[in-house]
Amino acid sequence: MEILLVILVGVLYTAGVYMVLRRSILKFIIGIIFMSNATNLLVFLASGIVAGKPAFVDETVQNASKIADPLPQALVLTAVVIGFGLVVFALALKLKFFETTGTDDLDQLKKTDN
Amino acid sequence: MNSIILQLAAKYVRFLLIFFAFVALLRGHNYPGGGFIGGLLATLAIVYYSYAFDWRSVQKKLFMKPQGYVAVGLLMILLSFSPSLIQDETLMKGIWVSIPFGLLGQLKLGTPLLFDLGVFMTVIGVTLLFFFTLTKRR
Amino acid sequence: MQYILLIYLLIAFGIFIVPGWFKKHVGVMLALVQAAFFVFFYSKISEVANGNSISTMLYWIPQLGLNLEFSLTGLSLAFALLITGIGALVFLYASAYMKGYEGTDKFYFYLFLFGGAMLGLVLSGNLIQLFIFWELTSFLSFLLISFFHKKEEPRKAAFQSLFVTAFGGLLLLSGIVLLGSVVGSYSVADWFVGSEMIKSSGLYLPGLILILAGAFTKSAQFPFHFWLPGAMQAPTPVSAYLHSATMVKAGVFLLALLSPVLGGTTEWTYIITLVGVITMFLGAYFSITQTDLKAILAYTTISALGILVLLIGIDTKLSIKAAMLFLFVHAFYKAALFMVAGLIDKKTGTKELAKLGGLYRFMPITFVISVLALLSMAGLPPMLGFLGKELIYEAKVQSPGIASLVLILGVGGNTLMVAVSMYFMFKVFLGKQGAYPKIPNEKGWFFLLGPAVLALLSLLFGLSPAALGNSIVQPALSTIRKEMIDVELKLWHGFNDVFLLSLLTVFLGMGIFIIALTKKQFLIKWRRINSQFFTIKFTDLFVQFLGGFLNFSARNTKRVQHGYHRFYILTVILFSSAFLWFQVYVTRNWVLDSHFTLTPFYISGLVAIIVCSTIYATISQSRISTIIGMGVTGYGISLIYLYYSAVDLAITQILVETLIVVMFVLVLQRLPRFAILSSRLTRVRDFIIALSFGSVMAILALKALHVEFNHPVSDLMVNNSFLYAHGKNVVNVILVDFRALDTLGEVTVLVIAAMGVFVLLKTKKA
Repeated sequence: MEILLVILVGVLYTAGVYMVLRRSILKFIIGIIFMSNATNLLVFLASGIVAGKPAFVDETVQNASKIADPLPQALVLTAVVIGFGLVVFALALKLKFFETTGTDDLDQLKKTDN
Repeated sequence: MNSIILQLAAKYVRFLLIFFAFVALLRGHNYPGGGFIGGLLATLAIVYYSYAFDWRSVQKKLFMKPQGYVAVGLLMILLSFSPSLIQDETLMKGIWVSIPFGLLGQLKLGTPLLFDLGVFMTVIGVTLLFFFTLTKRR
Repeated sequence: MQYILLIYLLIAFGIFIVPGWFKKHVGVMLALVQAAFFVFFYSKISEVANGNSISTMLYWIPQLGLNLEFSLTGLSLAFALLITGIGALVFLYASAYMKGYEGTDKFYFYLFLFGGAMLGLVLSGNLIQLFIFWELTSFLSFLLISFFHKKEEPRKAAFQSLFVTAFGGLLLLSGIVLLGSVVGSYSVADWFVGSEMIKSSGLYLPGLILILAGAFTKSAQFPFHFWLPGAMQAPTPVSAYLHSATMVKAGVFLLALLSPVLGGTTEWTYIITLVGVITMFLGAYFSITQTDLKAILAYTTISALGILVLLIGIDTKLSIKAAMLFLFVHAFYKAALFMVAGLIDKKTGTKELAKLGGLYRFMPITFVISVLALLSMAGLPPMLGFLGKELIYEAKVQSPGIASLVLILGVGGNTLMVAVSMYFMFKVFLGKQGAYPKIPNEKGWFFLLGPAVLALLSLLFGLSPAALGNSIVQPALSTIRKEMIDVELKLWHGFNDVFLLSLLTVFLGMGIFIIALTKKQFLIKWRRINSQFFTIKFTDLFVQFLGGFLNFSARNTKRVQHGYHRFYILTVILFSSAFLWFQVYVTRNWVLDSHFTLTPFYISGLVAIIVCSTIYATISQSRISTIIGMGVTGYGISLIYLYYSAVDLAITQILVETLIVVMFVLVLQRLPRFAILSSRLTRVRDFIIALSFGSVMAILALKALHVEFNHPVSDLMVNNSFLYAHGKNVVNVILVDFRALDTLGEVTVLVIAAMGVFVLLKTKKA
């Protein structure tokens, strides 16, 4: 199964990079989302995936080898939320850019003035 | 959007959603949930409600501006650090107290809970701020 | 000793807060402070007389060999006396000169700090510390030269001097570090001990050249001499201080300080002697053709610095003795002359030689002072300058190696100095009354006190040289030569070849002077020849070089920073995928040990859906379908998380995805449709790049699967989660307890993003 997921990571990166290289800012932002999804999945995969054993403990179960590794999960969770903040900020920037210049073309963004 | 069904549903569903958000927050320490999830759920409730009605009426029901939520949340996070400072421990060390509740058993309260509550409030404030600034612009 | 510097610093800042009455007399007050320090240093003479030194050491960064070492040796004492003594007189002069200018507070602040920095330099016992003070003097002299910053010329001159001296300072630093690596220490004392080690090391020559470059830029030696005449744009008290006791003497000090360490080799002797003698001759040569009072003096300073450097380069007992004596000779007459020049400029309103003349009628005291100082400059008896020149000739006659060249150029230079002195005196004070804008007077005795004291000192020490020789020159000499040397200074040496040389110099000088005075065309022609011969002006060369450098940088910056956002990203992606592919190639022997399976089938189906939606989102031309595709991808990934035991993560991903889609829909209403902006070729190119990056990342992920993971951190968290943190959900416990600081950081990022969005969209439409 991992190999299929690895292919998925590759597809997501390909789509992300392709979108990031477009001139339209909206596509650029969607590219960022794809890339951040791909990266999250990559980190998650790299930590070793276990099906059906979530990281919950109680008085009886305290053996780490029986459950999924919680640390990468916490890490990716943080990354997901930060990615959300980043995307919204990019959207706001894009909106402002469109209002100021009236275009969606990144190539118009060559100068810092006007 | 002026859909009667949506408006009627929203009136009641929002309570459910917000209640659910609190549940997710409070049980987060032992079961799936927590500050982020609770905060995002609460925001979704508010966004849902504002889709049914309009943004202005929502804002009136929020008690304060989104920035206020952010401030309260950050203050709570800050407050959750103070017990460990007062006890001269490492900063951010979790401090717990147990309050006996008779038949209900013991209620365990700790600074991580306060911290999570702070995250909850901050996330609500931040996401609402996102929404309001993105939609208010004409 | 560190307290002295501390006092300097405190007083310098104190200038800004003193009450009004003090403000009027701040120059005099500072002069008194300098005088007090002069007395302090004077009282230390007996303690350092026998080559002893008083040192203190403060640990700063001992691991790097950086300590604050202060040592008062005979050499630094001589310089310290000059700095404080002349400093006192300069401040007295400045209190009269600077009246009526704006921003005198700043002026005194800079000048006082400048004195302090110079003092710190000569007291340094550690070369890195010396370098810091060295750059401090460069920087402060920049501020002083550009004091009249509303005019363009001072600004240019200040920049030029800063550029040259700070550049030299950097060379000096690299030289210090280079040779310091040989000795393993930056302490001067350690360098003395390791002198032989340095000289025999292969790094000796490069280190020597770097250090010499530092000294030469500071002391305005050829070919770095051009900044010094520009520096006369500073207020005159600054020029007087800069040219006589500080700044330019720092290079001489460094050479004298390091001559026992680095000296005694042929490289040392030849480089320094040659540069010194060329500078000496050129300075004198150019000074006679100048028309501006201060410019004449500036070029004679270059010449005098050349003599000092030359003498240190000759590196015999006698030459060092001559150098130390001449240090005082020059400081006395040059400070006096600059003060006189400033006074004349102030009182007559001009410093053009052509407009001056006959001033002795109006300024008799100034005239007397100037005559004394100029006699000293020309090296005529009975002044101290005569002694200096006699010693110099004696040293040159005995100089090893290139004696004849040194002697010819030396005599030539001195001849011109005699001529310049005479010419200066006659053109300014004698002859017909000039056409000056104002009728001058001599009011203001602060103006005259400084030069008068210095001129009288020149005379007194000339008549009884033993006073200076035994008390100051002798300890300094013992420091440099590391042995006791008797200093016998006499005015009359008897008839020998040195005296004959002196006579020759005087006659030749007088000859040139008389020609210059009687035949008006002579100097004009000379100037014309100069301008034909020396078409390359160093200042222009400097400007051209700098301009070219700036152009070069601008061009290359434009090439790298072209402003096309996607090409920046393209570069980054291309490079990273190239590196990753290279790494894949390096580790190509690696074996894959997992099997490709499609079970469980619902996950395989999910992956297929995600892949399809991703591709659909990428190629779709409709905005809404793109966003829906993106949403499907996000939800699908969250289901994968859910299946593989990451419950909290899955919930968060679902919620975030929902919010993102909602937000996109909100924003989309106000954005234009997608347009096809790139050509087909571009899209193919981008796709190939993206595919290359995506596949290499997939290989990376595949390899990452088989990395042996070290679990102790996670294990610790799992094991302690319920026991100590009272939580069953380990992920949440990590977020709010174990790694709460990370979560705090994350919340901070969110808040900052919210503030950014708020500020961006709250502002009025442009």
